[in-house]
Amino acid sequence: MRWKALIRSHSGVLGAVIVVLFLATAALAPVVAPTDPTAQNLRAALRPPGQDGYLLGSDELGRDTLSRIIYGSRISLAIGLASVGFGLVLGVPLGLMAGYQGRALDSVTMRAADIVIALPRLLIGIVIVATWGIGFWTLVMAIGVPDIPVFARLVRGSTLQVAQMEYVTAARALGSPDSRIMFRHIFPNLVGPLTVQVTFSMAAAILTAGGLSFLGLGVRPPTPEWGYMLAQARVYMRVAPHLITYPGVALAVVVLGINLLGDALRQAYDPRFRGKEA
Amino acid sequence: MLAFLMRRLGEALLTIIGLTLVVFLSLHLAPGDPAALIAGNQATEAELAIVRERFGLNDPLPVQYANWLARVARGDFGTSHFGERPIGPDLMHAFPISLSLALGGLVVAVVIGIPVGVIAAARRDGPLDLTVMGSAVAGMSMPVFWVALLTILLFSVRLGWLPSSGWGTFAHAILPVFSVSLASLALLARMTRSLMVELLLEDFVRTARAKGLANRGVFYRHALRNALPPLATVIGLRLGLLVGGAVITETVFAIPGIGRLMVQAVNLRDFPVVQGGVLLIALVVIAVNFLVDLSYLVLDPRVRYT
Repeated sequence: MRWKALIRSHSGVLGAVIVVLFLATAALAPVVAPTDPTAQNLRAALRPPGQDGYLLGSDELGRDTLSRIIYGSRISLAIGLASVGFGLVLGVPLGLMAGYQGRALDSVTMRAADIVIALPRLLIGIVIVATWGIGFWTLVMAIGVPDIPVFARLVRGSTLQVAQMEYVTAARALGSPDSRIMFRHIFPNLVGPLTVQVTFSMAAAILTAGGLSFLGLGVRPPTPEWGYMLAQARVYMRVAPHLITYPGVALAVVVLGINLLGDALRQAYDPRFRGKEA
Repeated sequence: MLAFLMRRLGEALLTIIGLTLVVFLSLHLAPGDPAALIAGNQATEAELAIVRERFGLNDPLPVQYANWLARVARGDFGTSHFGERPIGPDLMHAFPISLSLALGGLVVAVVIGIPVGVIAAARRDGPLDLTVMGSAVAGMSMPVFWVALLTILLFSVRLGWLPSSGWGTFAHAILPVFSVSLASLALLARMTRSLMVELLLEDFVRTARAKGLANRGVFYRHALRNALPPLATVIGLRLGLLVGGAVITETVFAIPGIGRLMVQAVNLRDFPVVQGGVLLIALVVIAVNFLVDLSYLVLDPRVRYT
C-alpha cells in the first residue's frame, strides 16, 4: 500500500518535472544546444553517438542530433500551444452559449460536436491539410479543430450545472447582460476541468503533430521536428539506428510527462478522486 | 430496448449525413476555386471550364451535393486527376487491407489488454502489477510510428525474424498489427485494472465471496462482467485513434492500404482520393461505434429494459 501511494504521488511530480524541463529546453534552446540545428557537415554524416563531438550522433547531412532535438522542442511546444489555443478560443464560447442559452443552438452545436468527435483526429487533420495545403497554420488548424467539440462539450456540461446556481439568477435579476454572466460568473467555474482537458489535449496535439510531420504533411524541412526527423531516419535505419532512438525518446518522454501531470491534475480537481487512490 | 436501438440508429444515420456534408463541403471550403483543386494548379481557364461543366460545379450547391451523394452511393468516387483513372477500384482494393490492420489492432488490444488488466488487479500492488502498470503508462505515451520503427529495428534489422515491409502473409502482419494495437492495449489494461480494483471492493463481490464462490468465479462472473460496459465505451472512444494509427503504420511498413493512398494523394493534391478515403474509413468507424452501442444490450442487462 505504502509503495503504491508513493509511486502515485511521485508520478504527478515526475510529470511536472518533465513538463518544466520541456518548457525550459524550448525557451533556452539557443543556450543549451551545442550547435546550430541546421548547420551541415557532410564530412561527418551519420556519426554514431559520442563520436566527433556529436553527443547523440549526427544525421545524413552531418547535423547534430542533440541540437535538432533541443530545437525540435520549440516546434512541438508552439504547435501544441497554438492548436489547443485554437480549440479553446472556438470551443469555449460555443459551449458557454450552448449551455447557457440552450434550445436550438444547444441541439445544433451538440449534434455537430457528435459528428466531429466520431471522426478520427488524424483523418480530420489529413482533410484540412489536403484542402488548405501544407504549412504551420494549416497544421495548427488540423490539430486544433478536433479539440473544438471536446472543449465545447465539456464547457456546456459544466455551464448547465453552474447556470442553476442562485448567484447566476441574482446576476440576471440585477440586469447583467448574458455575455457578462457567461464570462464573469460562469466561466471561472470551468477553469478546473478545462485545465485538465488542456493538459491531455496538449499531449494529443504533440503526438498528432509528430504523426502528421512524419507523414510529410506537417512541418517541412529544414525545421527540426521530431516526427519529421524520424521519417528521415527510416532510410538510414540500418547504418544509424540512433537517429530513430533519440527523437522518439524525446517525443515519448514529453507526452508521458504531460499525461502524468494531467492524471495528477484530474485527481486534484475531480472530487470523486479525493481521498481515493484508484 | 427498441427505443434504445432506434435512437442509436438515428444518431448513427445523422452522423453519416453530417460526415458526407463535411467531406463534400471541404472541397468548397478550400480557398480558391474548387475546379482548380480538381484540375490542378497548372490548369488553363479553358480546362477549368471543362472541369466545372463535367463535375457540375456550375450547379447550385444542394444539387451538387445530391448528385455527389448518388454517385458515391454507387461506389463511384470520381476520377484521379492523374491519368483520368476512376479511383473507386483503387480504394476498394486498399480498403480491406486497412480494415484488417485496424480491426486486427483492436482485437489484439482487447484480447491481451483486458486479461492483463485482470491479472494486474488480482496481484494488486505486487511487483507484477507495478511493472505492468508502469509499462502501460509508457506504452500509452509512445507514438505509433515510433513503436513501428523500433519493432522494425529489433525484429527485422537486428534479429531478422520478420519482414520490415509489405503485406500479404501472416508474418507481414505481425509487426504492423502490434504497433497499431500497443497504445490501446496499454490503455485497456490500465482501465481494466482500475475498474476491477474498484469493483472488487463492492458489496456484491463480498457477498459472492461470503457464499463461498471460488476466486475465479468472483473475478470473471461478478467483477469483470460489470467492468465490460465501461470497457466497451473506452473501446468505442479508441477507435478513431486506432484508425489514425493504422494510417500512419501503413506508411512505415509500405502497406498498400487506404492510409498510404491518402497520404500520397495529399502530396499530389489529388482531392477525390482523399475524399473517398476519409468517407470509407469514417463509415467504418461509425459502424463499429454503432456495434459497440449494440453490445451494451448484451453486456449490460439494465439497458434492455430502458
